[in-house]
Amino acid sequence: MMLSVSAALLLTLAWVHQAQTLYFHIGETEKKCFIEEIPDETMVIGKYRTQLWDKQSGSFLPSTPGLGMHVEIKDPDTKIILSRQYGSDGRFTFTSHTPGEHQICLHSNSTKMALFAGGKLRVHLDIQVGEHTNNYPEIAAKDKLTELQLRVRQLLDQVEQIQKEQNYQRYREERFRMTSESTNQRVLWWSIAQTLILIVTGIWQMKHLKSFFEAKKLV
Amino acid sequence: MYGSVRVLMKVLWAQLLCGWVLGSELTFELPDNAKQCFYEDIIMGTKCTLEFQVVTGGHYDVDCRLEDPEGTTLYKEMKKQYDSFTFTAAKNGTYKFCFSNEFSTFTHKTVYFDFQVGDDPPLFPNENRVTALTQMESACVSIHEALKSVIDYQTHFRLREAQGRSRAEDLNTRVAFWSIGEAIILLVVSISQVVLLRSFFSDKKTTTTRVGS
Repeated sequence: MMLSVSAALLLTLAWVHQAQTLYFHIGETEKKCFIEEIPDETMVIGKYRTQLWDKQSGSFLPSTPGLGMHVEIKDPDTKIILSRQYGSDGRFTFTSHTPGEHQICLHSNSTKMALFAGGKLRVHLDIQVGEHTNNYPEIAAKDKLTELQLRVRQLLDQVEQIQKEQNYQRYREERFRMTSESTNQRVLWWSIAQTLILIVTGIWQMKHLKSFFEAKKLV
Repeated sequence: MYGSVRVLMKVLWAQLLCGWVLGSELTFELPDNAKQCFYEDIIMGTKCTLEFQVVTGGHYDVDCRLEDPEGTTLYKEMKKQYDSFTFTAAKNGTYKFCFSNEFSTFTHKTVYFDFQVGDDPPLFPNENRVTALTQMESACVSIHEALKSVIDYQTHFRLREAQGRSRAEDLNTRVAFWSIGEAIILLVVSISQVVLLRSFFSDKKTTTTRVGS
């Protein structure tokens, strides 16, 4: 009896789980990009689900075969680290090796262009970063941890993420400081250079015109 | 037989609850004159929070609007740089929130938003949870909440720092280009001044004969 109640609850939750994701609409050739600024050695897991607008039924179809999404991920140096075609439901994952802004771009790559007669594609997207990628029930089952041990493990993961972020902050502040120092130097040297150019051209102008007028016997 | 089924159920629960998305945090680029909307299905009675911050672009402002399933506007702000809005879902259905950059003519904006729906899933899917938490466990829970707010503050700090840093980098490149540009303009203007002045005083007769032959 308990088993059947549990099973029923599981199925209900499965249905709710299907419905509870953030989604947005994307056009036919539109490319949607999301930016993730992350420290290095951070894992990112992205899951998406697509639904196509069906003009006949006036609603979104649950899933359409033949519909694909192309996922492209660029690292802070604009080098492509992942460029793959997935089906209508996909899951991609990557670990950052350089700290900075990573760009995750999605665009549909449907072979059947006729499908887009309605013009709308609904994309459910979920991107989890760092310690949110950890699957705690799975870790508990694998390492056989008690509840307290699992909670402490979660706190340790959170603290590790905070440390990584602070380390990254130190690196960013250094870059900011270097940029400001460089601007300071450039303003200083270019002001001096421009003043010199001004004086030199002024002197050259006067000398040249003087010799010109003397040659023309006007002075 | 029942034992293995129970284990399977536990694993399925684990899979389900870990895959349960209850918070979305995204950073995206909003081109000029564009509007981007996001939708989420929410159950009645869930406490939700929407936080957004403009990272780069122009005057760092964006229009934000949050609507309930019937179209009633729950939150509407124009040209806001950063805000946080908490509400409890009064109806079941699809809630929609939109960011608009339609007032801007040429600046792209980068917007960060964090939409939290409900509470975090329980750590240990324990169906037999009837006893209250022990002192150690409740201490762990409060540390977890405090650390979550630390991570949240860190994120906002990182975004503000990104704002300052991108301005500084823009300034750096602009200073370089403008200085080189000005030096070139200076040289060109001074040489052309001299050439023009010379042309005023040059012999008209010699010029015409040169052109004639």
